[in-house]
Amino acid sequence: MSRSKTNQQAVNEFFINLLIKIAGYSAILFVGMIFLFLLLESAPALGEVQLGALFSDRWYPIEDYFGVLPLIGGSLLITIGATLIAVPFGIGTAVFLSEIAPRWLREILKPLVEVLGGLPSVVLGFLGILVFSPYLRVLFNLPTGLSALTGAILLGGIAIPTVVSVAEDALDAVPRSYRDASLAMGATEWQTIWRVTLPAARSGVLTAVMLGIGRAIGETMTVMMVTGNAPIIPRGLRDLLSPVRTMTATIAAEMGEVANGSTHYHVLFMIGILLFLISLVVNVTASAVVFRQKRRQDRILS
Amino acid sequence: MRKHRILSLQAFLLLLFLAACSGTDSQAGDSLPPGGTIENKGSDTIVNLALAWAESYQTIHPEVRLAVTGGGSGTGIASLINGTVDIANASRQIKEEERQDALDNGTEPVEFVIARDAIAVIINPENPVDQLTLQQISDIYSGKLTNWQEVGGEDRPIVKLSRETNSGTHVYFLEEVVRLGDKENHTLFSRDTLLLPSSEGIGAEIRQNPNAIGYDGLGYVTDDMKVIAIARSPGEPYILPSAESVNSGQYPVARDLYMYTNGTPEGMVADYLEWILTPEAQEIVTELGFVPILR
Repeated sequence: MSRSKTNQQAVNEFFINLLIKIAGYSAILFVGMIFLFLLLESAPALGEVQLGALFSDRWYPIEDYFGVLPLIGGSLLITIGATLIAVPFGIGTAVFLSEIAPRWLREILKPLVEVLGGLPSVVLGFLGILVFSPYLRVLFNLPTGLSALTGAILLGGIAIPTVVSVAEDALDAVPRSYRDASLAMGATEWQTIWRVTLPAARSGVLTAVMLGIGRAIGETMTVMMVTGNAPIIPRGLRDLLSPVRTMTATIAAEMGEVANGSTHYHVLFMIGILLFLISLVVNVTASAVVFRQKRRQDRILS
Repeated sequence: MRKHRILSLQAFLLLLFLAACSGTDSQAGDSLPPGGTIENKGSDTIVNLALAWAESYQTIHPEVRLAVTGGGSGTGIASLINGTVDIANASRQIKEEERQDALDNGTEPVEFVIARDAIAVIINPENPVDQLTLQQISDIYSGKLTNWQEVGGEDRPIVKLSRETNSGTHVYFLEEVVRLGDKENHTLFSRDTLLLPSSEGIGAEIRQNPNAIGYDGLGYVTDDMKVIAIARSPGEPYILPSAESVNSGQYPVARDLYMYTNGTPEGMVADYLEWILTPEAQEIVTELGFVPILR
């Protein structure tokens, strides 16, 4: 009886292990298959469009102008703008929640921030068209409020909850004793936060920033609604005040229409690959930095 | 709970079936085809019109269900080629490549002109400009004119709004206005033209921005926008779009609206397309701000 039970347990163990393994490997498999699919669908573009034409400055696909530089520039500009907004506000909020706010306030604020993170982006887009863009147009005396800045502000807003949530967890994980030690040495509360707690949580905070950037670069609906979608190459941060067209908005706006198997179709997949690679670079950089930090920490602690 | 839901679904289907039967019974003398669903997809310009027609047609023929969706002319035609819809709505004629694609797929698109549409050029009511020539509009959209002062307005930058490139309206406007209908003309929209994904997007910007100029189907123009009167060339009269000026051919920026079917339609699709051209259905065209076909 007991023998058969152990047998049964061993079999269970085996299958459960197998299932968990499959689940783990399937993620790798899916990413690999998606990449392969993108690669196969976009490869013909290289044969149909010359590399020089692909990296030219004009995007007008219905007349066979396939320059993707304006789209890459637009995505980068908006992402940088959104990061400049999301990082200080996100980390600031996380520090306030974890270090300064009294318990009762934290109990109210944290769920509210999470609700903000759950707002559908199309709703934010409406808000952008009807409230932000007219307001920004008047405020900065712009020709139009449908600009990169409007997109960056809204994307920043979308990225903030991600940054707050992850950074707050990281700050929370810093042992109480670090702060106590710092305060006992006579450091002020601000000095403790800036010199002790934040550096101790550095890897988690960095992950938060990278996840925020990832969230911003992949966002589609909001940017399509508020950035004006004009394919102009931005020349610097001051072009935040003029319209731009992002890679995501281009794919979203044009994929539904494009004839299956046409050059335009392949080029849209090429943009998909570029997006995929950019977010891969962001993620790999993030984990590389985090990994180095960890090793350094281990060295210090050992 | 789950079982309950399935039961109620069955009851619903039964009801539908009974309704369909009674519909056919009462008009058995007209030898109507059995009921079914007509999938109808395409141009966002036509979608409201198609919906109104579908609603009205279903009250006369309850056995026919019409499923109407938008997405753009190209989307509709692509779906027709893939065989996922019965009727494609298009605000432009089918392109040669698309017709070839369809033939390769073993289907032949058949064209029906179902209404006419005037493209209105619209601005914010605060803007004092009332009239433009076709050449001026072309110069504005190609980026040669950049300030409202140059066409008799205030000293303001011109912000150009356009529909996305997948819109039939965009292609029509490019060919007939930006290029003035000249096949040899390869002028493009200026780079800083804002490409907005919906008519609502253009409407929202026109309403609040006195710098903006946009274009859209006459059916989408509301009272809080100003419509520009257009002259074919500098000496000619400036005409506002209306049913009369379009039907008489005076208003220069008007086009036909189409429905396409796979091969010559039969059964309920044919009946529906025939009904669309009746005066009763064409009255709905007028109500929605489009221009009816006068037979």
